[in-house]
Amino acid sequence: MAVERQRVAEQDKIQRRSNFDPVESNLTEEQVKLEASRCLNCKNPRCVQGCPVNIQIPQFIQAIKEDNLEKAGDIIRETSMLPSVCGRVCPQERQCEGNCVLGIKGEPVAIGALERYVGDNTKAAEVEIKPSGKKVAVVGSGCAGITAAADLRKEGHEVVVFEALHKLGGVLRYGIPPFRLPRVVLDREITNLKNMGVEFKTNVIVGKSITLKQLKDDGFDAIFICSGAGLPKMMGIPGENLNCVFSANEFLTRVNLMQAGREDSPTPLKVGKKVAVIGGGNVAMDAARTAVRVGFEEVYIIYRRTEKELPARLEEIRHAKEEGVIFKFLHAPVEIYDKDGYVNGMKFEVMELGEPDASGRRKPVGTGEFVDVDVDTVIVALGTGPNPIIQKSAEAEGLEILTDKRGYITVDDTRATNLPTVYAGGDVAPVGESNAINAMGAGKKAAKAINELLK
Amino acid sequence: MGYKILDKKEICPNQFEIKIDAPYVVRNAKAGQFIIFRAEENGERVPLTIADVDKEKGELTLVFMAVGYSTKKLAALNVGEELVDIVGPLGQPTHIKKYGTVVCLAGGYGAAPCYLIAKAFKDAGNKVYMIMGARNKDLIFWADKMKDACTELFITTDDGTMGEKGFVTGVLEGLMNQEKIDYAIAVGPMPMMRAVAEMTRGTGIYTEASMNPIMVDGTGMCGACRVTVGGETKFACVDGPDFNAHEIDFDEVINRTRIYKDQERKRSENCNLLKQAEK
Repeated sequence: MAVERQRVAEQDKIQRRSNFDPVESNLTEEQVKLEASRCLNCKNPRCVQGCPVNIQIPQFIQAIKEDNLEKAGDIIRETSMLPSVCGRVCPQERQCEGNCVLGIKGEPVAIGALERYVGDNTKAAEVEIKPSGKKVAVVGSGCAGITAAADLRKEGHEVVVFEALHKLGGVLRYGIPPFRLPRVVLDREITNLKNMGVEFKTNVIVGKSITLKQLKDDGFDAIFICSGAGLPKMMGIPGENLNCVFSANEFLTRVNLMQAGREDSPTPLKVGKKVAVIGGGNVAMDAARTAVRVGFEEVYIIYRRTEKELPARLEEIRHAKEEGVIFKFLHAPVEIYDKDGYVNGMKFEVMELGEPDASGRRKPVGTGEFVDVDVDTVIVALGTGPNPIIQKSAEAEGLEILTDKRGYITVDDTRATNLPTVYAGGDVAPVGESNAINAMGAGKKAAKAINELLK
Repeated sequence: MGYKILDKKEICPNQFEIKIDAPYVVRNAKAGQFIIFRAEENGERVPLTIADVDKEKGELTLVFMAVGYSTKKLAALNVGEELVDIVGPLGQPTHIKKYGTVVCLAGGYGAAPCYLIAKAFKDAGNKVYMIMGARNKDLIFWADKMKDACTELFITTDDGTMGEKGFVTGVLEGLMNQEKIDYAIAVGPMPMMRAVAEMTRGTGIYTEASMNPIMVDGTGMCGACRVTVGGETKFACVDGPDFNAHEIDFDEVINRTRIYKDQERKRSENCNLLKQAEK
């Protein structure tokens, strides 16, 4: 009889509404064996093509079958430095698992769960580091920066990672909540880098505390800009600046980075009764599920398309529903009502789906019918754009970095910018979907190009 | 690694001047920019405008009143102790150039940044009047330092215990009647900045005000510090803090500063430092 896809154990749906502990645990050793045995070890593995960094998936699964977990870890880390992170946050249904042949008739191999298990239970092999005498600055400590720093350090370069916030990890720290990515996982990856000799400087904003030109003057032979896309997009509707309208970035930063809402944290959090989260991506799911946990009584996710178009990971949508988040589809925000300077409900236009737009998604069209939703808090999760601080400061000192119309840095396939020795990657210079693994892929490419340059 | 307190003085009751070793903040700092500090691990991020810098020594000077939880924590640190975090310089510098005659209006405990601002305007070749106002003479600080930074210094107190009796706007009105003013900048409490904006509105005096809304990161990633200027939403931390005072929606920005008032009050009541001080 065929082995069924193995599932990770999950925390009880009622219980988890009031804590930030991981919702999913790992597969057990026995389950890992069973799940690995499902892999057909295809000659032309489609899963590998589905992975943005082309992890040798059948090979690492074969190593699990051979009882050699360390080897599995080494195979994954040849291409991906953060298996414990990516195994948890990648939208596998659109990547590796979405391409798995088993998925055609049944359920695909649980590649993400296997990767996570291997990541959690193995360590990166220690490498001998021979000083190269060269210095590289990495601007930002998110996925792209962490990945690039490791690959650059292995070549013996002195690597300094500059981070604007007081803690490291970028979105992995301030955005993705701990119930999805336990902080021990993130801290472990950063400790690994520190042990390799990568230097981290927090509280330094490149473009303000130090400029590109000053980095060059200070002897950095190359610079990798991976400052992400952290500038929140707002809706631009009446009432948006009322009290209790938050960007998802602010709400998540307060809770995740500043621990707001906890007894011992001086950072305040305003918790109302009913909240509308506007948007349908992972950030919207994270904000809604965080709102449940900090004590909102009713949490809505309000999206202008239908469930089918939700860009979030399927797993997060399911988890949000299980935790009591209420979804309203085909609703577009029109206005936020004011009562004494605070949110007093919201007006939406009911939409219907029209013709596909340039991106191939069917465009929502207004029906002229309007509805009110009774909420006292609004969280806007409509995506983010690149922060222009570095570009502006560079321009002011005569080092213009080419960007596109929306402000994203323009790079070639090696992630080189128009400026010599300056590279950029991850969400500040995106290629494809904005997510952890693509940022890591960019970090690897840039590190490779910089390593070539400094040979 | 923290940021060491090199010097600390109580310059008027409950108001402190501290010098901190912060080379990354000081290197590029300009008049009108600010920093964000965390006094302790798990502390909140709080903005303060840069009061002075010593570029050679890498020393940052901050002036603040110990009014809330975090400023009390900061005030409790002694020389030789360290803050966990300081990041900066943040925001756009004050728009310094040669305008002709400039008036700097400095109100209450938020007046300190006017020192660097006035000095920069003077260095740029302007005639600089500074009007410094406080409730009473005990709350006037840095008078000598301010005097050096400008062409002429005026002091006002609400109760008349020092300088002229009344508000900064009284002196401003007198100056406006007396000569042509090209540029005015107000730094202080919101109602004071609004009063200055109302006084210069329609007179052709270009006026800026330094906004101090609630901030979290201070780098443009959250929008907590949103201010409507000329009908557009701006982030005070990256687009400001100085904006055209005649275009600022003061009602909105004042409303937005009161969102956590209840929570802050409760927190201050539970603050052990405050309890100790009151004993």
